[in-house]
Amino acid sequence: MELIFKLGAPGRRGVTLPKCDVPRHSDNDLPATLRRSAPAGLPEVSELEAVRHFTLLSRQNMGVDTHFYPLGSCTMKYNPKINERLSALPGFTDQHPLLPQLPEGGALCQGSLEALYETERLLSDLMGFAATTLQPMAGANGELTAITMFAAYHKSRGDERRRIMLVPDAAHGTNPASAAMAGFESRDIPSNPEGDVDLEGLQAMLGPEVAGIMLTCPNTLGFFDHNVVKVIEMVHQAGALAYCDGANFNAIVGRVRPGDLGFDAMHVNVHKTFSTPHGGGGPGAGPVGVCERLVPFLPKSRIVKDADGTYRLEYNYPQSIGYIAPFYGNFSVLLRTYVYLLMCGREGFRRISENAVLNANYLRERLAPYYEQKYQRSCMHECVLSASRQSAKGVRALDIAKALLDVGFHAPTIYFPLIVPEAMMIEPTETESKATIDAFCEVMIAIAKAVETDPDSVKRSPQTMPIGRMDEVAAARNPVLASL
Amino acid sequence: MPFIANTEAERQEMLAAIGCSDLEQLWEKAAAPKPTSDFATLPEGRSELEVARHLTHLAGKNATDLVCFLGMGYYDHFIPAAVGEIIGRPGFYTAYTPYQAEASQGTLQAIFEWQSAICRLTGMSVANASMYDGGTAVFEAMAMAMRVTRRRHVVVAAGLSPIFRNILKCYSDSQDCEITDIVLGDDDDRSGQEKVLAAVTDKTACAIVQYPNAFGAVEDWTKTIAAVKEAGTLAVCATYPTALAVLKTPGDMGFDIVVGEGQPLGMPLSFGGPYLGFMCTDMKLMRRMPGRIVGQAQDSSGRTGYVLTMQAREQHIRRSGAMSNICSNENLCALTALVYMTLLGRQGLVEVAELCMDKARYALAKLTSIKGVRRIGSQPFFNEFVLELPKDADEVAGRLVEKGYAAGFPLGRYYPARKNQILVSVTEKRTQEEINGFANAMEAVLWS
Repeated sequence: MELIFKLGAPGRRGVTLPKCDVPRHSDNDLPATLRRSAPAGLPEVSELEAVRHFTLLSRQNMGVDTHFYPLGSCTMKYNPKINERLSALPGFTDQHPLLPQLPEGGALCQGSLEALYETERLLSDLMGFAATTLQPMAGANGELTAITMFAAYHKSRGDERRRIMLVPDAAHGTNPASAAMAGFESRDIPSNPEGDVDLEGLQAMLGPEVAGIMLTCPNTLGFFDHNVVKVIEMVHQAGALAYCDGANFNAIVGRVRPGDLGFDAMHVNVHKTFSTPHGGGGPGAGPVGVCERLVPFLPKSRIVKDADGTYRLEYNYPQSIGYIAPFYGNFSVLLRTYVYLLMCGREGFRRISENAVLNANYLRERLAPYYEQKYQRSCMHECVLSASRQSAKGVRALDIAKALLDVGFHAPTIYFPLIVPEAMMIEPTETESKATIDAFCEVMIAIAKAVETDPDSVKRSPQTMPIGRMDEVAAARNPVLASL
Repeated sequence: MPFIANTEAERQEMLAAIGCSDLEQLWEKAAAPKPTSDFATLPEGRSELEVARHLTHLAGKNATDLVCFLGMGYYDHFIPAAVGEIIGRPGFYTAYTPYQAEASQGTLQAIFEWQSAICRLTGMSVANASMYDGGTAVFEAMAMAMRVTRRRHVVVAAGLSPIFRNILKCYSDSQDCEITDIVLGDDDDRSGQEKVLAAVTDKTACAIVQYPNAFGAVEDWTKTIAAVKEAGTLAVCATYPTALAVLKTPGDMGFDIVVGEGQPLGMPLSFGGPYLGFMCTDMKLMRRMPGRIVGQAQDSSGRTGYVLTMQAREQHIRRSGAMSNICSNENLCALTALVYMTLLGRQGLVEVAELCMDKARYALAKLTSIKGVRRIGSQPFFNEFVLELPKDADEVAGRLVEKGYAAGFPLGRYYPARKNQILVSVTEKRTQEEINGFANAMEAVLWS
């Protein structure tokens, strides 16, 4: 499609503004040296042209509302419409974040503060922790928040030599990147032949310089690590802390609380487990739950409920790591979370994880005869298949991904985790029906058969999408990043 | 149970297919632990109707009828209805990160257009898809400057928002770096350009300034920036995008990295988020920039499309060596800003900025005609200025809330010696009647 800048005509506009009802300022109110030389080259289109352009663009995307989107590790579940409706109530959207910082300003925001307080409480109960902060603005931001608290905890004990963060080799890239950002040196821990943390490898790495471990639970292979409790014990015995990456919390929510397993902190991606939309890449939110001994280090501000039932913000926490976010986190995303928490309740969450696990195992069972699996184990909420058998015929995971697009399914996550060759990580989620999963499996089976008879037909896909495969190498070598 | 598709009969079929008699057996097979809690403190699930009633009740407990003169980086601007309609299209909001380019051209082209629009507004040549907010964007700019220069000293001009400064402190505590804060007198609205320049040495990675600054002052940095850059130091500018519709661009002033808070471009205030951090730079630094970046590309039959590009900078490829840990960013907010800028357009955004200036000047004249009220400093300004009141500003702001006005932000919270000062912001939404009412209420609070 044409760029928006190519549409419209000089002088055309999409919005009319009120006439000025005060005296106009004089032209020399701002010195000419401080004025821009010409208006910024923004589009000049009518409202209809804008609406049509963007509506047509939106139709070039696959989304959960229109397509099965089994993107592993991303939990592309349905985003309930009531979340959108209620988070857009003017009583919530029209509040300036500095209002509660005015004298007695808390009284002006009791509804918002109560919603945040209750969201924290419900998340703490689901994760099994003493307290939760809602400040982190995404999952990776939650990781950083948690391990920054680890650093503050060790520092408060005069134990500042702990500069190493252990990360399994199958972890998301955000884990080692967050560790580096928080000032740690990250070290890979190997996985054993079953896909669990290698205990001997771990033992060899533990020592007085280790600050903690970042463990995804269930892990990024979609398995519940047989030794998770043992791993946490070993880490604690070495004086380090254990962090749970909650990217896969949808597999166990309402059933297993990571806090009960011994973890010291965890983040959840509300845009995964708690149904808030992914927005094409955010905004999300990454609340962090912590055990009692990390509570003093939580970010500021915190929401307090007083004896008279009113809520207020409190800033007086001398050991706090400070301000992770400008205010109180991604508020309207957190409101969507709150709506979902209230609708699901105790029983609902248990049913969610059960159905997510059932759907993934059913899918795995149906595809097992056609695709390799590096580990022969029942999975949790997602399964990792390998296209290694197909790649021997010249068809790679990428080709299979593109062939799926052609028949109206979004592709799984591919080439992750790194320790599985030609990985295809498939996460159906609990909101998809057996019929949809069956249809997906039929297509995956048809692709596997096509690889046997006519591999080139798979490699030629996609044929039905708005564009074909892009030359990404040329795009990165000679980048065109803006139309100026 | 809401949102779960399978019926009991289907579950039984599926269990049979995997050789399990019930769900418990499946959990055992998957080696998952037994439930670790009875979740007694969690409530029973509620229906959509009940939850809607509850949330509507909570929204009603919030005060939203105050006339807003609060700003400090986050502004009450008008948002056209079409913005919400477009970003509410399911193709946009129920998609995820556009890894599969063929299935994501909508998001990818929109982000390419956003990158183009924010570059055109700031006078820069490269932008990323987004950062979390203005404050984290300032930190990311600082971290980028340290990577590029391999230096660890940073100079922060007076007038960087104290909210950004708090975030900078939180994120930089774990970095091996030294920050020099420029501080001026409490009767000043300037940023201290001479002091910034004097603090820059051949060890300085970057100088960070805000334009317009946190006190509302608009300063020409052109000469200072040229001198700063002679030391091999990068110049970082945090800016207010609406103001750039009329102000000389940071690009024209010579800044190397331009960041800011994009909330004023069509996002509701929403009690603190989600907001939008933006980041722009020039071609020579583009490979050191954090975050997702969309580039133009051709497909095998020569059609033009868009892809995520230069991904070797990012965490999913580079892991601990990545430019940042950022993964999910604020994509839908960047789209919001693009749609807003498109609807307002070339002329409309200028009109918004001019209206802000007109109304702010009218408010300043009204307020400073009150006995004992004077403006702090005398720099040119956009739509924000600092007033000194004859009483404690916190107390005055509290009294004005009772009269229906969010009067501005009392600066004593962040600058104890400025306890009688208040930062007043005026957008195009304020009417003459509201401003008159505000000035009258202020006079009554001060003198009757």
